[in-house]
Amino acid sequence: MSALHTKTLTEVSALLKDRDITAVQAVDACLERIEATEPSVRALITVMADEARGAAEALDARGPDPAKPLWGVPVVLKDLLTTRGTRTTCGSKILDNFTPFYDATAVTRLREAGAVLIGKANMDEFAMGSSTENSAYFRTANPWDADRVPGGSSGGSGASVAAGQCFAALGTDTGGSIRLPASFCGIVGVKPTYGRVSRYGLIAYGSSLDQIGPMTRSVEDAARVLQAIAGHDPRDSTSVNAPVPDYLAGLGRESLDGVTIGLPREYWGEGIDPEVATACRAAVARAEALGAKTVPLSLSLTDYAIATYYIIAMAEASSNLSRFDGVRFGHRSQGAEELIDMYTASRTEGFGDEVQRRIIMGTYVLSSGYYDAYYNKAAKVRRLLRQDFDAALAQCDLIAGPVCPTTAFRIGAKADPIQMYLMDIFTISLNLAGLPGMSLPVGLGADSGMPVGLQLMGRPFEEAAMLSVADCLERNLDSMPMAAL
Amino acid sequence: MKISPEEVAKVARLARLDLPQEKLELFAGQLGDILGHMDKLATLDTASVEPMYSPVEHTTVLRDDEPRKEHCRDEVLGNAPRQDGQFFIVPRIV
Repeated sequence: MSALHTKTLTEVSALLKDRDITAVQAVDACLERIEATEPSVRALITVMADEARGAAEALDARGPDPAKPLWGVPVVLKDLLTTRGTRTTCGSKILDNFTPFYDATAVTRLREAGAVLIGKANMDEFAMGSSTENSAYFRTANPWDADRVPGGSSGGSGASVAAGQCFAALGTDTGGSIRLPASFCGIVGVKPTYGRVSRYGLIAYGSSLDQIGPMTRSVEDAARVLQAIAGHDPRDSTSVNAPVPDYLAGLGRESLDGVTIGLPREYWGEGIDPEVATACRAAVARAEALGAKTVPLSLSLTDYAIATYYIIAMAEASSNLSRFDGVRFGHRSQGAEELIDMYTASRTEGFGDEVQRRIIMGTYVLSSGYYDAYYNKAAKVRRLLRQDFDAALAQCDLIAGPVCPTTAFRIGAKADPIQMYLMDIFTISLNLAGLPGMSLPVGLGADSGMPVGLQLMGRPFEEAAMLSVADCLERNLDSMPMAAL
Repeated sequence: MKISPEEVAKVARLARLDLPQEKLELFAGQLGDILGHMDKLATLDTASVEPMYSPVEHTTVLRDDEPRKEHCRDEVLGNAPRQDGQFFIVPRIV
């Protein structure tokens, strides 16, 4: 048997189910891999070795359970999902000593499905960033090249999966934070429709944008994890009470006959690195060879999306982060004699630069006198963006384009905030519109040798159709190697 | 758009942040650039467009008003920087 860490979740799950390996063996394989790769990758803020072993032993004692589809599978969580009894930092010093007393609903559902939680992944502080360089703890390296970033903000989750430390990870996507690291690390990352997965227990950044999703080494793996975490949750008023289809049922198709893929000219024009364009075009050509029809279309408001996104995201962030005041949890500054001074000192000491910048920006655009010019204006443009997508998706089943104009960039290469924000040009519109999207690895860039992700975007709540097409394409593309570590 | 360090300081105070002068100046330049980028939205005519604040536009569902005890006091107080077993302790307010 080849090393366990090279297997997919689906393969390991079958081995566990057949008792070819025990849950403890699966956990130990991951812990060994973590020990071997963490010195260079640094994907995890917390390794849950004891808890994972204990949970695996308990599972082994009872034996595989058909009602638990992820029985014995080690998974990693982005460190902004609350975990009962395990430190949850959100990549910030302000939550350095925070140990939640409840699980996020997605975490509860993973546990109920039999998954074993093995670690908490590094991330940009409060999910603000596209490179994981904004973590208050350390930078995560891209497993393909330690001088490059893994993408962000779910960079720890992406790097952990790509390094073979686990069989799946959960990330969150506010403006591309699952899809970008999936693209940069050569794995599959799915952002479900807003409302599909409960946000309860997700430490919020942009409440109307954040969505939890799976990061895995195959489309089928992603479907399995999404199946486990999707569905209505009465604890989250933004969770939608709609039936969850069987995501595995549509996998395994032989052709893409009858599928129409829209290619927005704004996503395929100038400004894209030739190696990214080449890899993505080759994947689309393969989809055509499999029977898919492609149609040109326009998402004419793409140029306005970044401005719209950052106004809304920063406004929501400034509001969400007001709860960090040093009273009930988190860092408290010592020495302040009065309450207001304590709030101010605690927040000033606890938040990093990017978080402070976004809080100030958000406070500014929400302040009286500017509210209509910025926040309300952005909310109106947001509706136009959604209408743009609705019109496009009336002409096709899925939209395809690159995830990002470049492959993973070098650490420190995007020092200017606007330069960094522009990395999200192709991903953020989808969060504003609330639609599902994913990154599918389609090969390595000819110049950089780094992974390239093709983005597929679908109609609301039609993740099944997106996964079905991605799975067919994945099986018909050259198989993606694992990073050599 | 030009933002002065004094304007940033005022907004920072509202957001309960106390930034040193050099950061106020850095942020002033960056925020001016970012707002300049955002001003492109003004070129779009949105007079007749309803704002969209969330992709889920259903009416907020309220849960039944039934008292229940999900968490005990020790858990809720457990992460507080200062507490006395009953209350959160904070510096004086007045």
